[in-house]
Amino acid sequence: MNNYELMVIFTPVLSEDEFKAAQKKFIDIITDNGGEIVSTNPWGLKSLAYPIQKKTTAIYWVTEFKGQPDFNEKLKIQLLRDEQVLRYMVTKLDKYAVEYNQRKRSGVPTGNEKAAEV
Amino acid sequence: MAKANEIKYLTAIKQEKRAKKFSRFEKYGIKYIDYKDAEFLKKFLNEQGKLLPRRLTGNSLKYQRKVSAAVKKARQMALLPYVTDLLK
Repeated sequence: MNNYELMVIFTPVLSEDEFKAAQKKFIDIITDNGGEIVSTNPWGLKSLAYPIQKKTTAIYWVTEFKGQPDFNEKLKIQLLRDEQVLRYMVTKLDKYAVEYNQRKRSGVPTGNEKAAEV
Repeated sequence: MAKANEIKYLTAIKQEKRAKKFSRFEKYGIKYIDYKDAEFLKKFLNEQGKLLPRRLTGNSLKYQRKVSAAVKKARQMALLPYVTDLLK
């Protein structure tokens, strides 16, 4: 069971409940295939650094989950099929990343603030 | 007799000691560079959004590679621009 982090960019035209439905859909896909959601973190509407498919704003959604290594292929098919999804990225988290995310969620200051002002 | 500190030199003595560069990741014990917080990654980009070389950021090779990987992921997810002017 590896730790993964999925970041999805949805089209900005999604309404609030459509966005929730899309989140729910992917969460169900993950849990149905034996995955386990660690945390979900919808960022909501954000402006993009450069236009994607002629859109300058998009809805971001980040989720962290545990899953089987072969599960990502199924997830990718679902993501490619969904036309609301502009772009997605699945990253594998090593133990430092998992610890970083936990500290970020629980409000414990991670080391980065100290390094930020250098 | 003019005391040592009263002597005015025509050209200033070069005392500007260049600050010793250090790798901020080893000094503060950071192990994971998150590709999601673009503000922190902007410290390693110049005005056009290009990656700064190691001699300017002072990073060790291991962490410079992690920074470049994180920046490329952030660019892929449109958190950082590929090329821009006056990024800061």
